[in-house]
Amino acid sequence: MSVNETVRATRVASTRKAPLSAGARAERRLGWMLCAPAVVVILAVTGYPIGYAVYLSLHRYDLRFPWDSTFIGLANYGTALRSPLWWQALAVTAIITVISVAIQFVLGMALALVMHRALIGRGLVRTVILIPYGIVTVVAAFGWRYAWTPDTGYLSGLFGDATPLTSQVWGIAVIIMAEVWKTTPFMALLLLAGLALVPEELLRAAKVDGATAWQRLTRIMLPLMKPAILVALLFRVLDSFRIFDSIYVLTAGAYDTRSVSILGYDNLFTALNLGVGSSLSVLIFLVVALVAFIFVKGFGAAAPGGEGRH
Amino acid sequence: MATIASTSRARRPAGRDRTAMLGWSAANLVIVAVSLIPLLWLVSLSFKTPDTITDGRFIPRSWTVENYRGIFTESLFTRALLNSLGIAVISTVLAVGLGAMAAYAIARLEFPGKKLLVGLALLIAMFPQVSLVSPLFNLWRQIGIFDTWIGLIIPYLTFSLPLAIYTLSAFFREIPWDLEKAAQVDGATPAQAFLRVIAPLAAPGMVTTAILVFIFCWNDFLFSISLTSTERSRTVPAAIAFFTGASQFAQPIGSIAAAAVVITIPIIIFVLLFQRRIVAGLTSGAVKG
Repeated sequence: MSVNETVRATRVASTRKAPLSAGARAERRLGWMLCAPAVVVILAVTGYPIGYAVYLSLHRYDLRFPWDSTFIGLANYGTALRSPLWWQALAVTAIITVISVAIQFVLGMALALVMHRALIGRGLVRTVILIPYGIVTVVAAFGWRYAWTPDTGYLSGLFGDATPLTSQVWGIAVIIMAEVWKTTPFMALLLLAGLALVPEELLRAAKVDGATAWQRLTRIMLPLMKPAILVALLFRVLDSFRIFDSIYVLTAGAYDTRSVSILGYDNLFTALNLGVGSSLSVLIFLVVALVAFIFVKGFGAAAPGGEGRH
Repeated sequence: MATIASTSRARRPAGRDRTAMLGWSAANLVIVAVSLIPLLWLVSLSFKTPDTITDGRFIPRSWTVENYRGIFTESLFTRALLNSLGIAVISTVLAVGLGAMAAYAIARLEFPGKKLLVGLALLIAMFPQVSLVSPLFNLWRQIGIFDTWIGLIIPYLTFSLPLAIYTLSAFFREIPWDLEKAAQVDGATPAQAFLRVIAPLAAPGMVTTAILVFIFCWNDFLFSISLTSTERSRTVPAAIAFFTGASQFAQPIGSIAAAAVVITIPIIIFVLLFQRRIVAGLTSGAVKG
């Protein structure tokens, strides 16, 4: 890091000393021109609508009474924050995120170690685990839903006559299971790439010195993999936080299993209230930004791709 | 597994490798089974006859292709399949095209604002999509692209561009660009140098990125159910959610399972053909070597 900074500092210093050459200026212009289309699309489709969402969230705007749209300040936020639905959805989302990412991390680490160590069937495993990663989330969710549907499903008899998709706790458990199945491979692949950075000699030396497998994992591998782990966790936490598809299919948010995304969607299409819906959008965005900020500032997760090798 | 290996080493060093090998193979077997069973379950459901579909057995007692014939004679499904394919392909081409330009600039050129751009891309990649649903729903209705292909292509493009830029810039950094100059020194025109030397080197990264972007667009559900209202532009994941049985009393489970299997086929083809590249692409942007 510090070496990087010195290099950058000297580079900045050297460019400051000499006025920009024609070549450098042309390079700048080309760089901007090449990036412009992508930036325009991204800003037009996210920047503008988010601004628009903030605007809508400050107005009374009900699709049933569109003519009655007036500026009402932060009243919509008050409505949202006073509503137990928002806090419940936030709690459900947080529970799903924390538990599923924790399980994914443990299983993903195990999976990465298996892929790293196993000599037989390595290609097969790497191919097969891409199926959960690639499969359409809605498709996977239907698979789980029918697996747990009484009579129909092969898993439904597992807990006697229980109908897991009709209670809050079991519904969330099935949602977490579906999430873990789908995204553990992605976690494992990121961790596997991190595992490749751990020098083999170091592990062998530790083994010679009498370190147990557990010590080698916790004292050598995990600390060295920290950057890769943080990136993987950051990706997974933020992605898990927007969970929508599998809940929509598995429980449709019934039995108090709504996530914040489901709540936002419901508010728009069943309550038809754009004002409150938009304030939910902004609140969700703020929570996600806060989580990302904590990861980057608090844990020092590097923004991936930010510091390229040159 | 690791503990098995280390305890057996103490007792009988010779058998250690075999025990470890067995352990790893067993682990592999479990992984393969767990990964495939949910998919095989859907395949099984899709081939079951209406009277055996609720028997709860993993392997069908009687087989039928009626579910597949059923969905392919329904415009609800065929039209959705066409929508899914068209929208995903167009979004992929645009994302890889625009993404390649930006990634080239990020990988090869020095210009102010580069870091900002990469940060912006990360921000968008992690953006909660549901936050855009309300404003886009309203905007699209006002400008008349609600329930159209373009109305879905635009958000897909936005969310796949960061993915494309990351993956492509990681690949582009690995290309030995000096070869281009070398070819020109050897008498190739700039166009020849690009087409004969650089393009073949860049192609694998482009293909990988295209696959990842396609999978992303193919997977979307939230935008599709929010920004469409008819089969004019509804994609398969959303259409499946609206399936009903042939009659009011028939369960649509068979049709849903068949449709689910059909839209998984492209994913399986990609995985079988490009396994190595997908793994490289998924990890290249995220972990720096």
